[in-house]
Amino acid sequence: MSTPHDHLYLVVVGHVDHGKSTLIGRLLFDTNSVPDGKKERIEAACKAEGMDFEYAFLMDALLEEQAQNITMDTTRVPFRTPRRQFTIIDAPGHKEFLKNMITGAASADAAILMVDASEGLREQTRRHGYLLSLLGLKQVVVAVNKMDLIDYDEKIFARIRTELTEFLGKLNVQPAHFVPIAAKHGEGILRTSAHTLWHRGPALLEALEQFRATPPIEGAPLRLTVQDIYRFDARRIVAGLVEAGSVAVGDPIEFHPGGKRSRVKTIESWPASNFRGPIGAGLPVAITLEDELFVERGQIGAPPTAVPVEAREFTARVFWLHAEPLRVGDTLPLRLGTQQADARIVAVSRVLDAVTLDASLAPATEVKRHEVAELRLRVRRPIAFDAGGKIPSLGRFVLMRGRRIAGGGVIDSAVREDAGRDDTLPVTPASRTTLLGHRGAVIWLTGLSGAGKSTLSTALEQRLFRAGILPAIVDGDVLRAGLCKGLGFSDEDRKENIRRAAEAALLLADAGAVVITALISPFRADRQLVAELCGVRGVPFAEVFVNAPLAECERRDVKQLYARARAGQIPRFTGIDSPYEPPLAPALELRTDLEPVEQSLEKLFVLATSLAHETGTPFADSGADI
Amino acid sequence: MTHLDELESQSIYLLREAYHAFGKVGMLWSMGKDSNVLLWLAKKAFAGHIPFPVIHVDTTYEFPEMLEFRAWAKQHYGLELIVHVNEEARARGIGYETTDPVTVTHELKSVALQQVLGLHKFDALVTGIRRDEDSTRAKERYFSPRNAEFEWDYKDQPPEFWNHFTTEVGPGEHVRVQPLLDWTEIDIWRYCDQEKIPLPGMYFARNGRRFRSLGCMPITKDVPSTATTIDEIIEELKVTRTSERAGRAQDHHERNAMQKLRAKGFM
Ligand SMILES: Nc1nc2c(ncn2[C@@H]2O[C@H](COP(=O)(O)OP(=O)(O)OP(=O)(O)O)[C@@H](O)[C@H]2O)c(=O)[nH]1
Ligand SMILES: [Mg+2]
Repeated sequence: MSTPHDHLYLVVVGHVDHGKSTLIGRLLFDTNSVPDGKKERIEAACKAEGMDFEYAFLMDALLEEQAQNITMDTTRVPFRTPRRQFTIIDAPGHKEFLKNMITGAASADAAILMVDASEGLREQTRRHGYLLSLLGLKQVVVAVNKMDLIDYDEKIFARIRTELTEFLGKLNVQPAHFVPIAAKHGEGILRTSAHTLWHRGPALLEALEQFRATPPIEGAPLRLTVQDIYRFDARRIVAGLVEAGSVAVGDPIEFHPGGKRSRVKTIESWPASNFRGPIGAGLPVAITLEDELFVERGQIGAPPTAVPVEAREFTARVFWLHAEPLRVGDTLPLRLGTQQADARIVAVSRVLDAVTLDASLAPATEVKRHEVAELRLRVRRPIAFDAGGKIPSLGRFVLMRGRRIAGGGVIDSAVREDAGRDDTLPVTPASRTTLLGHRGAVIWLTGLSGAGKSTLSTALEQRLFRAGILPAIVDGDVLRAGLCKGLGFSDEDRKENIRRAAEAALLLADAGAVVITALISPFRADRQLVAELCGVRGVPFAEVFVNAPLAECERRDVKQLYARARAGQIPRFTGIDSPYEPPLAPALELRTDLEPVEQSLEKLFVLATSLAHETGTPFADSGADI
Repeated sequence: MTHLDELESQSIYLLREAYHAFGKVGMLWSMGKDSNVLLWLAKKAFAGHIPFPVIHVDTTYEFPEMLEFRAWAKQHYGLELIVHVNEEARARGIGYETTDPVTVTHELKSVALQQVLGLHKFDALVTGIRRDEDSTRAKERYFSPRNAEFEWDYKDQPPEFWNHFTTEVGPGEHVRVQPLLDWTEIDIWRYCDQEKIPLPGMYFARNGRRFRSLGCMPITKDVPSTATTIDEIIEELKVTRTSERAGRAQDHHERNAMQKLRAKGFM
């Protein structure tokens, strides 16, 4: 009979062709776990493919897999030794099938990491190693396979052990054992091979029997994931899963997000009834409540004294599986437990090469397929979770693209945002930031008439808007037709024009918008003044030089202004008979004569989003007296 | 918590997720042991109420004793039962007397299933398949999408982890929900024993033979056995060297017959 927690889910991972499926096949054959007739069928299949006997075919059952001698999708097989029961999960090693590897590995308690002794550590050896750590798998045995190909050489074995121990050490994974084997020949699996008498540790099967199934988390408070509310009859049944802790009739219970509170009135069970609990971790549950609360799918039931975190913004480590990269500004459905909410990628703090463990230093704008990254995400409405691995199932989530899971992540911590929560507080810049998910900023485009300021400003406006950032444009021509009507082109009037433009931009930025100004603003001193004004008001500011040579602007002459200026119809025209003073140290210089609009736009977008998410105490000195 | 508790919990979670995610769920029921476990789990998942119809795809080659059990169980559990026969194929003369078992299985099971799906516009079908039955079933997902042509794209299955599944389908498509994937034959028996789940008598030995798996009459063979109780069946399974579906002719017609059948919509 089953005794508690004796069943182990074991995944076999590692680089393609390193012998994972062969090992499982061999394990099953050598322990007499294969039904009669199977061997003959595999022999026939191998013959049809023109191969020697392949133990891997026991796992690789698809015709396509056998034809290419590769595992495409993950398989699970039951396996039992006199001492314990296993479910062995075969994972594909080819990079192309990483999504299937994760599908297999995510539910495992323990792992065998396979390394081909003749090849040593390869790309997926390391990537799978990294993913094991991200998936929270701490019990690992390394099987150094194909020892026959290196004449069971102890030195090569030791070198692989050293190298892999160092790599996994950085990931906080300490393998319990390194075991030399030759899976194909059944060496080192049930007992230590006669060829490796130098090996001090256990044979592979002994090592596996030492693993423990993941026990429920000790002493954790109740976490009841609500799956659904049933009203089949007069009862209003809250159905879900006890992820941690336990629940019994009479317990006070609070539902998050939201925080509505009641008590457990009944536990609804079938066929037995009148069960009062407690119902422990890992079990399904259906309860009714003492009060008529509006509880819904996605909420988490918890004791009022130990509720989960509720937040809209958090940092997380994410692995990405979709062919289309995950970009800053993307909004996609996030699922955590039974909660679903649209999440926006606020920032990519760094992208990690899961193979070399090298991190990009600069913040990136996208995460490509198979990369791992640290992100900041923001959900449209608050979600409830437990961060930092306390209750693992409530601290991890998936991101959807279309109908598919496109990536998975583990929450590190919530980003605090107390401001704006309490509705007795006045509206402050910080509470606006909370509402919008970003802060206001001023991107000041300067450059000759025709350099491309208006084109870029409207393009950037669109791009920001799509990314969920509120944009606004302050355009020179529009100002001159309204707010600055009556101002001419004397140095004095130009200065006043810029001052008014800056004030208008600041009003919008204070309200939370990312403002893009498009004014020639030819004088350094005037622009300096704008920068100072923004500094005083605590609004992030960046000067962008939209640069095209005069000749090019004059050639473009979209509004025919250069022609008229040359004809003497427009006096004091910048570039013709009034000077343009280029910025000395712009945040960005865009050569619109040399690069396509898309390229300039991308640079602008990166700049704008980094300003919009600039942290620190932005509004500290002057926020109060706006 | 025992391993059976774990399996039961997972199955109930899957059933509830399916019922929540899809507009029209149907549950396949063959009256076999796995099907009856499925009914039992649904009862538990929904506090004694099965909130969707139960479908029997009747090949017209059913054992009379199974049909008797069907009538009894419908009453006993209060099932909303849909019985469907591919009348069109039967009218064309498709049957084990005239046609090879792969074609018959395709017509009277897969095509019949397609018909009943179209008729009732199901977007999710709960099935009782298990990984240990067959090596292509071992590759399955808990929520496994099928396109409008009923095909299984086994070469590019969607990722599925951390209790997140494929819960959306396009027009005409459906998802196979497979709550028993992780169960083994012995798990099923232990659970039937633990829960005292009513089963057809044909699973138990009479005159030295019993049925290990129940399908169509002409292609399902009984096996020699003296097991008259579940305990005895479990002891027998622990030492047996034959596979469960060895008595099912259509699986072994040619190399990877099951893969080909399943790619075209068979369970
Ligand atoms: N010489 C030798 N060959 C082996 C050994 N183990 C496996 N092989 C061979 O290595 C090849 C690949 O083995 P598989 O078991 O398919 O490798 P895998 O790791 O499952 O590959 P993927 O699942 O595709 O990533 C097969 O041809 C095996 O016969 C071994 O110990 N020695
Ligand atoms: Mg393999």
